[in-house]
Amino acid sequence: MSDKKAKYQEVAYYPGCALEGSGSAYNTSTKALGKTLGLKIKEVENWNCCGAMEVKNIDPKLQTYLSSRVMSITANKMNMDTVMVPCNGCYHNLKKAEYDLANDDETVEVVDRLSKKAGHETYEAGQVETIHSLDWVKETIGEEGLRERVKKSLDGIKIANYYGCMYTRPRHIFPEKDKGPGSESTSKPHFMDDLLEAAGAENVEFPLKTACCGGAHTLSDSDTSTLLVTNILQAAEAAGAEVIATECPTCHSGLEMHQIRAEKTLGIKTNVKIIYFTQLLGMALGLKPKAVGLHENISDSFEYVKKKGLA
Amino acid sequence: MKSLANIGKRLKQLVAQPAQPSDATELLTLGEEALEHWVRAKGKEPTEDLREGYRLLALHRQGADKDPSFNACRETCRELVYHYNLLTMEPGHPESAQRARMMPLVANHLFLFISGKLESQELGDFCCASKPLREKVDETLPVQ
Repeated sequence: MSDKKAKYQEVAYYPGCALEGSGSAYNTSTKALGKTLGLKIKEVENWNCCGAMEVKNIDPKLQTYLSSRVMSITANKMNMDTVMVPCNGCYHNLKKAEYDLANDDETVEVVDRLSKKAGHETYEAGQVETIHSLDWVKETIGEEGLRERVKKSLDGIKIANYYGCMYTRPRHIFPEKDKGPGSESTSKPHFMDDLLEAAGAENVEFPLKTACCGGAHTLSDSDTSTLLVTNILQAAEAAGAEVIATECPTCHSGLEMHQIRAEKTLGIKTNVKIIYFTQLLGMALGLKPKAVGLHENISDSFEYVKKKGLA
Repeated sequence: MKSLANIGKRLKQLVAQPAQPSDATELLTLGEEALEHWVRAKGKEPTEDLREGYRLLALHRQGADKDPSFNACRETCRELVYHYNLLTMEPGHPESAQRARMMPLVANHLFLFISGKLESQELGDFCCASKPLREKVDETLPVQ
């Protein structure tokens, strides 16, 4: 068993705020998928917001502190060395905190001061490895393991894999990526493609897989977000996709909401289904749509998955 | 240089009409012109330099200077150049029609990203920041 495969069998789980709200289906399906695959997760105790965008806008170092607290609890209270994060925003923020704490003395000082004030041990760079849910499934089970476990193949499902712009950006906070075969690419990510293909799906050539969905402006500038999302949906359909697979709750909610809004405000109707990769893999492994939270999605893809033999 | 509105109008036409591999050069130019608007809005003169053989990539780099959130369109720029290469270097390829269908959508995404970012300039960076707005609010607050 490889080092990572052994290390990731049991990980701390940081769902983040979105997975307790609009991304609830991602939470449900991530947990269900892990259980089916025999992987163990322990939710980070008394976790807090990663600082996402709101705190970062007020004070980036306060955001770094908030992310560091999650890693401190993982390392110092739970005695775990890996934290798995499904949300791209949280994943990005924890990785950025890790990078800043390893490279910026001022950040170390601020985080230490705030940690002492808050009454917990200061997180030190290197104590915890932050991984995305894609890394978790890819490294522990991998394509071969998935092929062996598939009960209901995704055969006949054409998928555009959409990673969004936070999963690989900025490159310098992801030192493990771009390391050649087996590692993730920051310019053309492929882990989700690899996993879904192993479950039988057909991936289409999709040039907007890391393009911006306007997620940050979903509420403050909805028109721009609707235009960006509509272009992504149209590109996916033009590429021949029936499904857009997602791995970020913000992107996922944005695609779903603006798909409806585009029809109402622009008169542009698209039919492509928007489904989390964890939901697709879960159903391929024999889980019922409800078990992976398909009913929690905003858009209704139940008839589609039923037609494809996944229900 | 076309106005931003005219770039958007032309792209809308190109997205809607039957795709032609011969549109590749115009689409690349429209991408460059959208980037020029961004660079000028940041108070700089758009570069004439090339990066990896393309002005589009040099303009993107110039636009992202001291503004890392602009890198959210880096791969979109690279995809635009990639499609340009596919269509101009292999015009007779069996997949040319599909590639020609995708290229206007890629160019349109770059335009939408930049125009959205410009529109929200007063609210700060398009990607997750409201700094200038906050500064304005802070100005009105009494000094502590």
